[in-house]
Order: sequence, then structure tokens, then C-alpha cells
Amino acid sequence: MMSSTKSNMETENYKQVAKRMEPSRPVGMRSLKAFLVGGFICLIGQCIQVFYMTFFNFNEATVGAPTVATIIFIAVLLTGFGVYDKFSQFSGGGTLVPVSGFANAMASTAIEYRSEGYVLGVGGNMFKLAGSVIVFGTVAAFIIGIIYAIVTQQWEVM
Amino acid sequence: MFTGKQSWTFPSYPCILSSGVVAGPFEKQSPLKDTFDYIFDDRRMGENTFEKAQVVLMEEACQQALKKAGKTAADVAFIYGGDLINQDTGTTFASRSLNVPYYGLFGACSTSMEALSLAAQAVEMGAPLVLAGTASHYAAIEKQFRYPIEYGAQRPPTAQRTVTAGGAALIGPSGSDVVVTKSTIGKIVDHGLKDPYNMGAAMAPAAVDTILTHFSDFQMDENDYDLIITGDLGDLGRSLALEWFRQKEHPLPEAKFQDCGMLIYDNAPEAMSGASGTGCSAAVVFGKILDDIKNGRLQRVLAVATGALLSPTTYQQKESIPGIAHAVTLEAKGGGPL
Repeated sequence: MMSSTKSNMETENYKQVAKRMEPSRPVGMRSLKAFLVGGFICLIGQCIQVFYMTFFNFNEATVGAPTVATIIFIAVLLTGFGVYDKFSQFSGGGTLVPVSGFANAMASTAIEYRSEGYVLGVGGNMFKLAGSVIVFGTVAAFIIGIIYAIVTQQWEVM
Repeated sequence: MFTGKQSWTFPSYPCILSSGVVAGPFEKQSPLKDTFDYIFDDRRMGENTFEKAQVVLMEEACQQALKKAGKTAADVAFIYGGDLINQDTGTTFASRSLNVPYYGLFGACSTSMEALSLAAQAVEMGAPLVLAGTASHYAAIEKQFRYPIEYGAQRPPTAQRTVTAGGAALIGPSGSDVVVTKSTIGKIVDHGLKDPYNMGAAMAPAAVDTILTHFSDFQMDENDYDLIITGDLGDLGRSLALEWFRQKEHPLPEAKFQDCGMLIYDNAPEAMSGASGTGCSAAVVFGKILDDIKNGRLQRVLAVATGALLSPTTYQQKESIPGIAHAVTLEAKGGGPL
């Protein structure tokens, strides 16, 4: 901790200078790229869905699972080939938010910790990044579920 | 000899007998590639882990330096070094294979000049031959501090890229025209910055503090130097340091104040704000800068290696990033010590 007021002033002064000189993050441009790329991934997902429904025995209710599996497969493949992170630097949230981002988080960690072995390395670290998605996804679903039940009064009929 | 507040003078002029710089395949695009002694084509350096690859970088940098001076590891009294992997294992394992008495240091990216200062002191005290060096490997250090390398996290423009390089210098009492004459050991300067993707800004005030203290300890100023080169402030860090010098009422001429992190990648888009890593200042200072002094293009240089002393735990616990900088004066000396 800084003791004298002089160094406190200096710290405040430096923080201001650093803040002023930091290049602004291109939020608008990056959001647009994320929107377009994210939308494009969803478009691919839609195409895959139509493909499965047309050529295989799937309907609207059952086609979700194979579609997601296909997207995950592609994302893991691209991660393994070392190109997914390059797309992501361009598109940010566009590749992070869809299920492909989740697959990338799992696969990249698995690759990274392969050198520590399958059990303590791959197994123990695979959920290092994706784990919080699962935890907070579940917690959020639980809370939203309760709110939904209260609002729609479904708890009465249950 | 202790000088001023926090500096050393080396009146016996410890010499840099030779140096070795090695780099990874990404660094092939560097404008400084001709000053590297060896560039690996394989980013794993023939090993099965990136941690081992970094050990190879360190070993090879030391071996290149020894080879150029016609020495072997058995001639070396001590090795001073450190790196960014947990518990300094990268340097420890390299010292294990070199089989040289080992001082393990941790100064993050300031380690190169911390090691050089200590090596010069050891030679002053009578050590016949001392190695000082560091190495960093992009993939090993990203894993240590940030995300898996294939993880698609978008980096802000202030981020820096860890260099894959190792640099080592062989220091002895005589036998070369490049001498180490002074050093200033920096104190921790922490102005409360917390963004691990903006380490240049966290380190800049430390560099300024060390340089100004160096000037006052030796009653010198920038006119006594041909070049003042910082370790890895990057584009933003360097601009901030220049601004901070102005605020301290000691403005530096921009041309004289360069940064190793900006020289290595020369605006390559993947590098964002510039290079970083322990190997960054080692590769540039022990490569290009020593070459320039040898060839007479530079007379006297102040090399200021900058370090951000954070750990993944401290930044997750919302601690600020402590910065440090160590300065070493390198100069050309025609006549040897006497």
C-alpha cells in the first residue's frame, strides 16, 4: 500500500495517463463482425438441419441433436488444425457464443494438457474453461425455471 | 562498486566474450532474424512438450555462446538465469544438462538484465567465466499465464505476443571489446494497473523510474547514451513511458528510446502491441545490440529489461500488476581494462 500522499497522487495521475493513452477497443466493428459470423454459423446450422431432415429420418423435434453434434465436430476439427483461434481473433463473440465456442473451449484445453497425460492432463483440465459455462448455465436455467414456474403458475397444477 | 542509491559500477570492465541467440519458426519473419544464431524450423524444437522446447531454447542459446568463444560448459563458473514457467523449471532443466553451478532468478521479463548485472558482479569478484541468459517459448508461457493456444479468445489491441527465443551471454574478465560498465537495479513500481492484457502500461513507470534513477546515480543523462532500449513495453508501453518522462520533466528524444518488443516483430498483426517474454530483451540485446556495439554503430547503450511480476493467481484475485526494470550499460571499449 502506498503510504505518502505524493505517491498516491502519482498513482492516480499515472492511471489517468494510462487510461487516456490506451487505444480504444473497436467495439462497434467487433460487434458487427461477431454478429455476422455468429449469424453465418447459425445459417450453416440451419443448412445442416435441413440436410438431415431431407435426407435422413429426422423431424423438427429430433434434428437438434445431430445438428449440434455436427457443428461440434467441425469446431473440434478446426481447433485441432489450429485455425479456430484465428477465426476467433477476427469474429470474437461470433465464434465464442455458439456451441462451436464451447467445443473449442473443451478441445483446446484437451490438446493443451495432453502433455500431462490422459487422466490428470486431458481429463482433469478439459472443463477448465467450459466448466463455468456448465455451472452457470445450470444455475441460470434453475433460476429462470423457478421464475417461469411462478409467473405461469404451473406449480399449482404440478 | 556500489554507486548512488541502487546502482553498481564495474571498474574492471567485465567483457561480453560472446553471445548466443536462438528463436522459433514464427520469429523467421522478424526483421532481426539475421542477428539470430539459429532458428528452429519446428516449434517444438524436436521435443514432445513446449516446456521441453523452452529448455532446448535455453540450452542452445548457451551452447551457441560457448561455441563462439571456443569454450565448453565445463569452463563456466556460474550460470545466472530464469524464465516464466512455474518454479523456473525451464532454466533449471537447462542448467541440469549444462551441469554448471546455477543461480535461479525470477524477474519475469526483466531477468535478462538482472542476470547480466549479477554476472558482471561475479566477474568483478573474480569468477573466470559466467553465463547469463533467459528463454521463453510462446506456447509454454501462454499456457502458464493465459488460455490454451488453440482457444479462441479475442485479444485486445494492447495485448502482446510472447516471443519464442532464447538469449545468453558469456561474460569474462577480458578478451572482448564489449564491456558491461554499470547497472541499476530497479525497485517494484506499481501504479495499480490490473489488466494482464496491457502489461506494457503496467511496466512503463518502472522503466521510467529505473532510467531516471540511473541518470541521477551516475550524474548522467540521455546524451551520454546512443540508445536507451527497453525490454518489452510494446507500442503502447513505450508511448506511455515517453509521456511519463515528460510528466517527470525529463523528456527523452523519441529516436533514442527504443523497445525490443517493437523491434522483434515490426508491426506484425499477430503481435498486437509488440513482443514480450523473458526471451524478448535477451534476443535483441544479446543479438542486434551487441552486434551494433561490436561493429561501431553504437558506442554506449542502456539496456533496460522490464518485467511484470504477476502470476495467474494474483490477477484472478484482482491484485494489481507490479512492474520492475533493471538497467545495464553496455559499451564499446577498444583498449581492454587496464
